[in-house]
Amino acid sequence: MKLKHTLMAAIGLAFAASAVHADINVGVTVSATGPAASLGIPEKNTFALMPTTIGGEKVNYIVLDDASDTTTAVKNVRKLITENKVDVIIGSTTTPNSLAMIDVVAEAATPMISMAASARIIEPIDDKKRWVFKTPQNDAQMATAIIEHMTNNNVKTVAFIGFADAYGEGWYEQFKSVAEARKLQIVANERFNRNDTSVTGQILKIISSRPDAVLIAGSGTPAALPQKTLKERGYAGKLYQTHGVANNDFLRVCGKDCEGTFLPAGPVLVAAQLPDSNPVKKPALEYIAKYEAAHGKGSVSTFGAHAWDAGLLMAAAVPEALKKAKPGTAEFRAAMRDALENVKELPAAHGIFNMSPTDHLGFDQRARVMVEIKNGTWSLVK
Amino acid sequence: MDFQIALLLGQDGITNGAIYALLALALVLVFAVTRVIFIPQGEFVAFGALTLAMMQTGIVPATVWLLVGMGVLAAVLDGGAALKSGQTRKLVGVAGWNLAYPLGLAALLMLLPLKELPMLAQVLFALAIVVPMGPLMYRLVYQPIASAPVLILLIVSVAAHVGMVGLGLLFFGAEGQRTPPFSDVRFDVGPLLVSGQTIWVIVASLALIVALYLFFERTIYGKALRATAINRTGAQLMGISPTLAGKLTFLLAAFIGALSGVLIAPITTIYYDTGFLIGLKGFVAAIIGGLASYPVAAVGAVLVGLLEAFSSFWASAYKEVIVFTLIIPVLLWRSLTSHHLEEEE
Repeated sequence: MKLKHTLMAAIGLAFAASAVHADINVGVTVSATGPAASLGIPEKNTFALMPTTIGGEKVNYIVLDDASDTTTAVKNVRKLITENKVDVIIGSTTTPNSLAMIDVVAEAATPMISMAASARIIEPIDDKKRWVFKTPQNDAQMATAIIEHMTNNNVKTVAFIGFADAYGEGWYEQFKSVAEARKLQIVANERFNRNDTSVTGQILKIISSRPDAVLIAGSGTPAALPQKTLKERGYAGKLYQTHGVANNDFLRVCGKDCEGTFLPAGPVLVAAQLPDSNPVKKPALEYIAKYEAAHGKGSVSTFGAHAWDAGLLMAAAVPEALKKAKPGTAEFRAAMRDALENVKELPAAHGIFNMSPTDHLGFDQRARVMVEIKNGTWSLVK
Repeated sequence: MDFQIALLLGQDGITNGAIYALLALALVLVFAVTRVIFIPQGEFVAFGALTLAMMQTGIVPATVWLLVGMGVLAAVLDGGAALKSGQTRKLVGVAGWNLAYPLGLAALLMLLPLKELPMLAQVLFALAIVVPMGPLMYRLVYQPIASAPVLILLIVSVAAHVGMVGLGLLFFGAEGQRTPPFSDVRFDVGPLLVSGQTIWVIVASLALIVALYLFFERTIYGKALRATAINRTGAQLMGISPTLAGKLTFLLAAFIGALSGVLIAPITTIYYDTGFLIGLKGFVAAIIGGLASYPVAAVGAVLVGLLEAFSSFWASAYKEVIVFTLIIPVLLWRSLTSHHLEEEE
């Protein structure tokens, strides 16, 4: 009898749903191939783990690959908006792609949640960027964490080596401005390419400037090469990496040369080591458990967690927006935007979101921890 | 900058230059014999290195399935032709090389404990998987259009390159790999610390260059390749099969590429798309040699390596710009000094 009732209810719901076309369509563009693939692949995998119903409505995820290419990202977004009539866009993996997508989503009045790091994606908030949100921490927050750690450990001079692209350049700008304020002297500024087979020249120059510490601003396994070369040349000072290296492949490639390296990272990287009182611990562990159940132990990375956080933001906003309008309409998209902007105290894998009309990231100090590489694994610096 | 730094940079430049020299030689060879500008050359470097790395983690490298796939395609094409003309003996040969060999290799790899094998065996297996892809690639991609203009061959090369990079991402994933060095020996030469691997790279490059020289000067196959390079029609009239010449050339090119990859994998991190840039630098060296002269290309490669090392010290942000800008004065100089040869189209 009970079963019959449930069935009836389900059929009734299904009819109701089809009558108003109330499916929520989420358009996703990630860089699952091309230079940013090591970030894009875990993000893409994460969308498969997201809830398929939110607030009683069915959610469809339409995931496209933009091959780390700006033009393709824009094309994907246009396709998602015009053909799939999506209610929200999530993407893309890289900063250049995300910046290029802003015009398109603003024109179509569709909210967008980026998984790229640069603060330029959401700042300053204007008529276009009011539609744009992002989940990764700003580089400035991470740079401040590194510099605090340096000054606390008596580092007076520091050398910088970063990617010869937007990532390295952006980091240098952020790092320089904070370092100058804290009286930290930058004695060398070098660049290398993701695909370089040798960085001996840059490293020799850095060593000859005798810095107390070296900061390597690269993402993923390529950031291991300068570190290995520094150790090979007998550099004994402190070594810092950025949160871009926070995946297990980096540990595998870098091996024992990475022992004692410091980096700032989202708390999800060391979730198990966080105190139970930390509100981030629960959502972070939940994400890790889901991801590793699907992809094997040790497969989780912090990049995928940015996608997860985007999903959490969306899931928090949808019930609010549903009160005002039906999915698939311009009113629903506008209501989604307003709801995203009003997300308060939402614990996620990387921190706690507190959105406001002037802050479309909403992370504070709780969104970063300092991590040391110890015995070939990440260890929380207390 | 003092003398010691200059020495260290010089050492670094020569090590990289040795690899570029090998690739430049392969590029010159392929172009001379088949008129193909072999852009996928670099992919063989990455495939060789990553296949070895995969075996060292104890996984059956996915490249072997690519080899099987290519073999099946080639067997269908060649076997069909042989069946039609009723050459049963040829059919056995086709099936043996294109089906039995890859499948046998795959079976062997699945049975053996790859992780525990000695390094030398792993290297040989990596070469055994990657090198036959050269002639198979020639059979599948270039042989049907062997007489097409250079431009079409170039476009097809680009397609082959993009295809191989995509497969590389699928096989090896986006993250890099590094293999342990062949030996942990280190020598202190004055202020220099020379690692065993650096010596391996340089010695292997020199040995390979000498071996290639002997091959071209002393063996009948080498002479046949040289004849094809000098005059394709003439060589064909003398009974040298252009197909055989093409396959042999691609075998050599794939061997050089895969070996380079195996040699540099312990020095640097290799990614699925690393090969392109290494190949491109080899190409700059080959251009210095006018895509014709082996010794000039080899010298050019060392020059590229040194220029790269020194520019990474002085202006690291502009390193690639400096290396690739080298091609402009070289082209100017070449077009001013050499007389122009019309392409025979």
